[in-house]
Amino acid sequence: MEDHTDIILRVENLKKHFEPHQSIAQAIAGQKKRKLVRAVDGVSFEIRRGEIFGLIGESGSGKTTAGKLVMKLIPQTSGRMFFDGEDVTSLGKAELIAYRRKVQMIFQDPYASMNPRFKIRDVLEEPLIIHKIKASRDEREAMIVQALTEVKMTPPQDFMGRWPHMLSGGQRQRVSTARTLILNPKMLVADEPVSMIDLSTRAEILHMMKDVQRDLGLTYLYITHDLSTTRYFTDRIAVMYLGRIVEMGRADDIIDHPLHPYTRALIDAVPEPESGKVHVVKELPISGEIPSPAHIPPGCRFHTRCPYAKPECSSLPEPELEDVGMGHFHACRRYKEL
Amino acid sequence: MDTILRVENLKMYYHTSKGAVKAIDNLNFDLKVGETLGLVGESGCGKTSLGTSLLRMPTPPGRYESGRIILDGKDIIPMSEREIRKDIRWEKISMVFQGAMNCLTPVYTIGRQMLETLKEHREMEDSYATELIKEYLGLVGLPAEVMGRYPHEMSGGMKQRVVIATALFLKPSVVILDEPTTALDVIVQAQIINLLKKLKQTFNLSFIFITHDLALEAEISDRLCVMYAGKIAELGTNEQIFGPAAAGRGANHPYTEKLLASTPRLHRKVEKLSYIEGTPPDLISPPNGCRFNPRCHRVMERCRNEEPPLREIEAGHFSSCWLNDEGR
Ligand SMILES: Nc1ncnc2c1ncn2[C@@H]1O[C@H](COP(=O)(O)OP(=O)(O)OP(=O)(O)O)[C@@H](O)[C@H]1O
Ligand SMILES: Nc1ncnc2c1ncn2[C@@H]1O[C@H](COP(=O)(O)OP(=O)(O)OP(=O)(O)O)[C@@H](O)[C@H]1O
Ligand SMILES: [Mg+2]
Ligand SMILES: [Mg+2]
Repeated sequence: MEDHTDIILRVENLKKHFEPHQSIAQAIAGQKKRKLVRAVDGVSFEIRRGEIFGLIGESGSGKTTAGKLVMKLIPQTSGRMFFDGEDVTSLGKAELIAYRRKVQMIFQDPYASMNPRFKIRDVLEEPLIIHKIKASRDEREAMIVQALTEVKMTPPQDFMGRWPHMLSGGQRQRVSTARTLILNPKMLVADEPVSMIDLSTRAEILHMMKDVQRDLGLTYLYITHDLSTTRYFTDRIAVMYLGRIVEMGRADDIIDHPLHPYTRALIDAVPEPESGKVHVVKELPISGEIPSPAHIPPGCRFHTRCPYAKPECSSLPEPELEDVGMGHFHACRRYKEL
Repeated sequence: MDTILRVENLKMYYHTSKGAVKAIDNLNFDLKVGETLGLVGESGCGKTSLGTSLLRMPTPPGRYESGRIILDGKDIIPMSEREIRKDIRWEKISMVFQGAMNCLTPVYTIGRQMLETLKEHREMEDSYATELIKEYLGLVGLPAEVMGRYPHEMSGGMKQRVVIATALFLKPSVVILDEPTTALDVIVQAQIINLLKKLKQTFNLSFIFITHDLALEAEISDRLCVMYAGKIAELGTNEQIFGPAAAGRGANHPYTEKLLASTPRLHRKVEKLSYIEGTPPDLISPPNGCRFNPRCHRVMERCRNEEPPLREIEAGHFSSCWLNDEGR
């Protein structure tokens, strides 16, 4: 294991099980409660200081729930979390406020996260007010100017008096990022920050976020279903399937040498801008849809969709993450044969 | 190959209180039977506006200024709304709207919603319609049981399949798909793309596939039309746009080049992802000359004053860029 001062966030066997929704009619009829929704079902990872760590997986794999747990927006069912060497598993109210200053969230939709009646100056000042930052008018002004400069909205004075609708999508996402930076966080959680944005703006935002990360030495937890951006953007990635991590390691390693069949499927599904593919129907190594996290298959939870599954994959206990060296982990019993 | 749709000098402007938004500004192209034509461009370039124009339903305050839309031999612009409803919309040309899967009514079952759409367009017995719905659900890979479900009981991919099935009901020749996979994850996206390819073959359909994702267009489009600020910047075959540079192929217009350079690649490590500074222009008063000139990395004096026409630079490959006069 690494020197612990190198690790900013450590998550140990984290779980989030939701109570299923039950209608009043069902309750009156005395129907048995349906099974728990195991959205995050035993996840462990470490994020190093100053790295961009990607959490990848298809819709419903539990990425957002994991992100919310890290943000401490929802309580975990079990498991532990350490941030900056401190146990943050359960925090009191004051500690929680302090934690949320250090770990900030970047929102997916910069429209929704910005009050249209606030000028850019006010949008940026709001977190200072919420977190009761004691500062004079001039000091606040300086903090706003600095945050805008960090996201390359220069000269900042040109933007501070504008309304959100007077900005492009890319500029709005910059302001949204500046808003999180103003509190000097150590880590940012970005949940699909670019998936709905058109491609040139997407490139602009990833570029900006990476610059900011390098300039300020920040750590990111980047959540996405789109592997294509991870090669450029992330240092290490963890691939999630149905609430568990099935493969983890350096992004280059995983993309060039995926070991888990699920990772391979994710890679194969990514389109590349090259000719010669129009007339082929792509062979997808997996079919069907992700099962419900209320009914997780026994054994390896991927076996129902795995093209290589054998009887032992469902009968033997769930495979744990195994280290194959160079920090590359996978959870597939049959990886050598594939 | 026969032409199913020909667009000539089409202009469609939105007449707002601030002035006319020139969303579709003199487009010319055609679509062959059985062909998929991709339509790409940044947000606000007029992709959806073109789709709704072709369906003869521009959103208010949109109005045709000029041009012809010749569908199966007949110009549909002068037709009466009655004629359009009876013979054209959904019968010959249909559209999967941007975000449609999120617009399914939450309080009705899928079966009921599909039934109503069907009966709105054609008189038929319920029992016959139900059989038809089952058949089409099967075609898009869904079990008949889905008819009894509500939208919230289905995944995004399933809802998108329902929307696609609904667009195919009346056996149109042309289907416009507006960002059909943007909200879906990569695996479901790949499944939907495969489905579309199969449906196209089964019915000999022609598609207009709208997206801002160039990599996706490479997988599905026979030809690609790159739009910028209400105009066509470049139009060419898949090979002409995406083809290997080694074979002398590749994009011609600087806008297309830039879009390609800003597309992240999975199998190629890039240190820097390039992007286009600025945003597409306001279409009420777009720039003089070439509309891309304020953002173009290869801009010349001429580009600021004279508008470059869309010209054929090799057989079937069109580009509107003055660089082609300079021996590039
Ligand atoms: N509050 C909740 N109550 C019950 N189930 C929930 C709740 N929140 C999430 N889930 C379920 O947990 C699973 C994981 O959801 P989550 O949003 O974390 O996935 P995700 O990987 O972020 O997916 P996406 O790519 O679609 O955002 C899903 O099946 C979801 O329906
Ligand atoms: N109903 C309307 N009234 C006025 N202007 C409109 C209307 N609909 C679209 N526009 C404007 O027309 C231009 C083209 O919009 P359109 O929706 O066709 O773009 P798009 O390429 O589909 O963008 P996106 O990728 O964001 O969907 C934009 O400037 C837009 O603001
Ligand atoms: Mg999510
Ligand atoms: Mg659109």
